[in-house]
Amino acid sequence: MSEMEMAESGKTPKLKVATAALCGCFGCHMSLLDIDERILKLVELIEFDRTPLTDIKKVGKCDIGLIEGGVANAENVEVLREFRNNCDILVAVGACAVNGGVPAMRNQFDLKECLEEVYIHGIGVENPQIPNDIEIPLLLDKVHPIHEVVRVDYFLPGCPPSADTFWTFLTDLIAGEAISFPYSLIHYD
Amino acid sequence: MNNPDNFTSELLVNKGHSPGQLLQLLCEIQTHYSHIPPHAIELLSGHLNIPPVQIRTVIDFYAFLHRDARGDFDILFSDNITDRMLGNLSLLNSLCKKLGVEPGVPRADGRVTVGLTSCTGICDQGPALLINGMVVSRLDKDRIHKMVGLIEAGIPIDHWPKAFFLVDDNIQRRDKLLSHGIISGSAIDAMVVKGSDALLKCLDGSGLRGRGGAGFKTATKWRMCRDAEADEHYVVCNADEGEPGTFKDRVLLYSFADCVFEGMTVCAGIIGAKKGFLYLRGEYLYLREALEKTLQARRDAGHLGKNILGKQGFDFDIEIHMGAGAYICGEESALIESLEGKRGIPRNRPPFPVTSGYRNQPTVVNNVETFVAAARIAVFGADWFRSAGTEESTGTKLLSVSGDCARPGIYEYPYGVTIRQVLEDCGAIDTQAVQISGAAGATIPVQEFYRKIAFEDIPTGGSFMIFNQDRDLLDMVQNFSHFFCHESCGFCTPCRVGGTLMQDLVDKVMVGHATSYDLQEMRNIGQIMQKSAHCGLGATAPNPVLDTLEKFPGIYSSRLVNRSFEPAFDLDASLEVSRHITGRDDEGAHIRHEK
Repeated sequence: MSEMEMAESGKTPKLKVATAALCGCFGCHMSLLDIDERILKLVELIEFDRTPLTDIKKVGKCDIGLIEGGVANAENVEVLREFRNNCDILVAVGACAVNGGVPAMRNQFDLKECLEEVYIHGIGVENPQIPNDIEIPLLLDKVHPIHEVVRVDYFLPGCPPSADTFWTFLTDLIAGEAISFPYSLIHYD
Repeated sequence: MNNPDNFTSELLVNKGHSPGQLLQLLCEIQTHYSHIPPHAIELLSGHLNIPPVQIRTVIDFYAFLHRDARGDFDILFSDNITDRMLGNLSLLNSLCKKLGVEPGVPRADGRVTVGLTSCTGICDQGPALLINGMVVSRLDKDRIHKMVGLIEAGIPIDHWPKAFFLVDDNIQRRDKLLSHGIISGSAIDAMVVKGSDALLKCLDGSGLRGRGGAGFKTATKWRMCRDAEADEHYVVCNADEGEPGTFKDRVLLYSFADCVFEGMTVCAGIIGAKKGFLYLRGEYLYLREALEKTLQARRDAGHLGKNILGKQGFDFDIEIHMGAGAYICGEESALIESLEGKRGIPRNRPPFPVTSGYRNQPTVVNNVETFVAAARIAVFGADWFRSAGTEESTGTKLLSVSGDCARPGIYEYPYGVTIRQVLEDCGAIDTQAVQISGAAGATIPVQEFYRKIAFEDIPTGGSFMIFNQDRDLLDMVQNFSHFFCHESCGFCTPCRVGGTLMQDLVDKVMVGHATSYDLQEMRNIGQIMQKSAHCGLGATAPNPVLDTLEKFPGIYSSRLVNRSFEPAFDLDASLEVSRHITGRDDEGAHIRHEK
């Protein structure tokens, strides 16, 4: 439907949403899918652009970008910048995007030590060598939360944020309301 | 050197097997071995019945305790902003270069380590350093040069020139407290004669409020403690003078120690305490020997011990406990935890120490200066004290003046003195700002120099650091934000994480990478810390940033980049290690700066 057709039919255009997983475990995306049948209501309100669900590779102009995972390599930086340049609202989703999370545990060690442990000294490694193919993105020396690389508008904490947290966040945001979580959704111990 | 087991075993025999002695034992072991060896941890664990891991957490908590060996000469340069202003870093670098040692790393032969530590309280005679726990003051090139010779020759510090270790009282202005001495025992005599109720009334009438900074009424505290029913009551003197820029307790403990103990004994008589502690910061180890002698003299004179001044049942004695380099232990509940031999993590309050303090018994914790004032009041009376100061802030206050002025030192003033007056008296010219009450205090600009030192205007624990127009105040802010980051006990997230974020953002401003967005982030983080930190340290840690953002916005704005956002780190540089490991230098091996 073109915008004109939509205007004639009295419908507002759907908001465009893109998602990406940087250095994370995809748990946040799985949790998003845990909204179960509410996803049918969601797709009445939004249209997915680039996400692992649609398999669209290039992000287009979007209203909302959801980023899971921290920034650990050069490709993460590239994807994150593309999202920032194309999304009006960028959201850090989950512990890794917000703080670096589990992958950032490597920050306590030198990158060289990490790579040698995996590719040189690891148990069962044959033909030990650190990969250097140009197809493989180079690792940053530390893992960073995404707000250290681009400006972030919202932070959705949790490991992962629960389905209800996603649902509340998206429906409030789409409705243009201030986002308000009941205590149970942002209480972690 | 003895067998480690022998030293620790002997220590355990001499000091007993109370778990509360853990920190004190660790301090002695540290001094003896320059670290806490693993077998000492095992021995302590067995005898004190404390798990080894808990002992290790205590060691790791205190900056002066180490699990890895330090050098035979363990040197820590005082790193307060006032030491910086006197050039401590160039002296440190020159010492490291001459000794061939990296900061923080023991030299290969184990002879020496050189590092930094928080303010040592020698700001008026700095730059200063600690060597094996003892203070060396008035550092200059010549003194550093001589130290190198002594260290290379392996001469123990007991045989170093005495002049190195001289710390003067440096009292520049005396008022009621410092000019009216009392005869040892006269305050407790007054209490015995008048009775403790009358004395408490007198103290109440004097209007004396705690000199540590918070200003709680002393008589009220003592009464509440006395009225709390319990098996034991305790008196604790807080001599953990860690607030950067404060050194007045150093002087009181050196020249007025008898009066400090007198005040503690009066307090003990009122609240019914049999035991008191002086919690002495590790940096003031050099004062300990004289303090122990003063205590012994008081015991010999019948002013401490059993049946004090012949009064049946008036038994009281004082023990000195050492701190080990933790600013947080100046907070009274953290201090009590530390007294009990644990990590100095502040307790939840309430209950307050007056009802549940040391060993969960009612405990009075007061500042050194408060006890001195209380003893004087017991002898000279409430009116004598009230005749100085203001209605709400009676008496006088000792100020520790340092920084850009002709005559740094101790200044005693009646409360209500203006900042301008203090600046005139100490010979400060062309002053840009004064930092009052230490790193957590307030930054006062020129247009507020009419303001008064008093609980009702600018309250202070006594630190008064002066910055002239040539100083870059952001240096001060950076020094303080690093200080708080280092001194956070790590218990609560707002302080542990917030402090680090704040430090990183200040650093980002310093190197000229910050945007106005980052300044807003600093305000947000600061507010969260103020509202939600577990204790006063975390709640006041953002003060220097928030205060200067408001009053000296120029030190920030002049360094900002005119963009909406700047990454927190250099993206391309963070690939350097990877490029080196893989030998790659193709386009994908770089991250371009985004315009």
